[in-house]
Amino acid sequence: MDIWFFLIQVLNGLQYGLLLFLVASGLTLIFGIMGIINLAHGSFYMLGAYLTFWLLQSVDSLLLAIVLALPISAAVGYLIEALLVRVLYRRDHLDQVLLTYGLILIFNEAQRMLWGGDVHGIKVPAALDWSIPLTDTLSYPVYRMAISAVCAALAVGMYLVIQRTRFGMWIRAGASNRDMVAALGINVNLLFGAVFALGAVLAALSGAIAAPISSIGPGMGDTVLIICFVVVVIGGVGSIKGAFLGALLIGLADTFGKVLAPDFASFSVYAVMAAVLLVKPRGLFA
Amino acid sequence: MTTFIAGTGLHTYYGSSHTLHGIDFAVRRGETVALMGRNGMGKSTLLKSLLGIVNPRQGKVTMNGADVTGADTHAIIRRGIAYVPEGRGMFHNLTVREHLVMSARPGNDGRRDWTYERILETFPRLAERLGSLGTHLSGGEQQMLAVGRALMTNPDLLILDEATEGLAPLIRREIWHVIRSIKETGIASIIVDKNVNVLLGLADRHVILVKGEVVYDGSDLTPESEILKRHIGV
Ligand SMILES: Nc1ncnc2c1ncn2[C@@H]1O[C@H](COP(=O)(O)OP(=O)(O)O)[C@@H](O)[C@H]1O
Ligand SMILES: [Mg+2]
Repeated sequence: MDIWFFLIQVLNGLQYGLLLFLVASGLTLIFGIMGIINLAHGSFYMLGAYLTFWLLQSVDSLLLAIVLALPISAAVGYLIEALLVRVLYRRDHLDQVLLTYGLILIFNEAQRMLWGGDVHGIKVPAALDWSIPLTDTLSYPVYRMAISAVCAALAVGMYLVIQRTRFGMWIRAGASNRDMVAALGINVNLLFGAVFALGAVLAALSGAIAAPISSIGPGMGDTVLIICFVVVVIGGVGSIKGAFLGALLIGLADTFGKVLAPDFASFSVYAVMAAVLLVKPRGLFA
Repeated sequence: MTTFIAGTGLHTYYGSSHTLHGIDFAVRRGETVALMGRNGMGKSTLLKSLLGIVNPRQGKVTMNGADVTGADTHAIIRRGIAYVPEGRGMFHNLTVREHLVMSARPGNDGRRDWTYERILETFPRLAERLGSLGTHLSGGEQQMLAVGRALMTNPDLLILDEATEGLAPLIRREIWHVIRSIKETGIASIIVDKNVNVLLGLADRHVILVKGEVVYDGSDLTPESEILKRHIGV
């Protein structure tokens, strides 16, 4: 394999991995802190993509459409937590799975009612619609680099918020002993609602920024959800650090799988998961 | 002295088991109250009933005259209470420094008497362990951290449930010393503890619970009091 070609695949794999991290981090955070298995997490990814697509019919800037889509996604996430998920904290995981699976069906049906069954696309914004030439024949698209940069910046930002701020300390404390957090005068319902909304926003943002290089269509949230569960399981359920490494691993495995063994492409991801779980049955950072 | 918090006619149940039988209990501003009674008599349950951690089926809780019956725990706490529960409530994933930083806030009158620096002066052992996780501390250090974390909220009332339980005598003395100096700053407190002799010297008032009922509420207990012998067994 040509070294430049290899480099491009590495960049693609990292870009996909960073994007997966953004979705998976919310999933693992919500499980690790609130103990909730949220099957509807992929639906927020879909919501972000469709909202952006829909808003682009009224505004002509991708950035503006995304900026408008995020508070809507946050509000939807917060309401779902406050009205539905909150009831289930002290119930077992089966109840949570049933509720959030039901939410997937509702999200998918709402998507079909509002936007139909067609597959849509979004154009890469003009300012980022060019490529960096690497050799005479190979080049790398700037938009993909921008995605990687945004995701990496958000990963660092998330790390800082969780590790360095009081909000982050409350979140971690809530994962450890939520009754004690309330006994210190902190509104845990509001805190967990905020975490859920944050997870929804990260997933929606991923769906929105990925839209120009993939397609927007029915079921897109389900595909992402499954891959994100693989990422979360590889990383160790509840671990952000694990989700980060797991996402990069899966991003690279998926990209190289498609290049090296196209016939087995969809298998490569699960092969990596099986290999990791053989060595570390509870994931990398359980 | 005006009443800071009061529970009247509190009946609390765990499922069908009737644990508090119509308790009246109040603390005035700046007052130190010892809550005494043998194991299982309902001391912790009374504290939790006041704080809305368990909800009394009957009765009323007021703070500064306002009805807070059925309010959320965090909202009751925000009215000026710091609660150090049995078992200390450490966060396994937060360092000593983070335990103190996360709970910091000014008191209800804007007072910031208790700062991070002052807590570390009060508990020099904590200053040496700032980077350690809460659950990696010794029992005594955990207790100091639990008290320090509570004081960081600049409360009007400090509630200590079995704060010296299971600690070595030297550490106990250190904790009692701090509790005395907290009392001198004018913060009210409710103290539940096995050490009756210390409580007799420290508290302004003593309340004894037997099977979820108040059998004594007054200030004239001595180590020789018959009622102590009967209900606490010293
Ligand atoms: N969470 C609970 N569920 C059921 N029963 C409880 C619970 N907590 C306490 N109890 C019971 O209530 C009674 C009073 O307990 P508690 O208030 O902890 O007593 P104390 O603090 O005076 O030792 C005891 O009989 C105890 O077994
Ligand atoms: Mg008790």
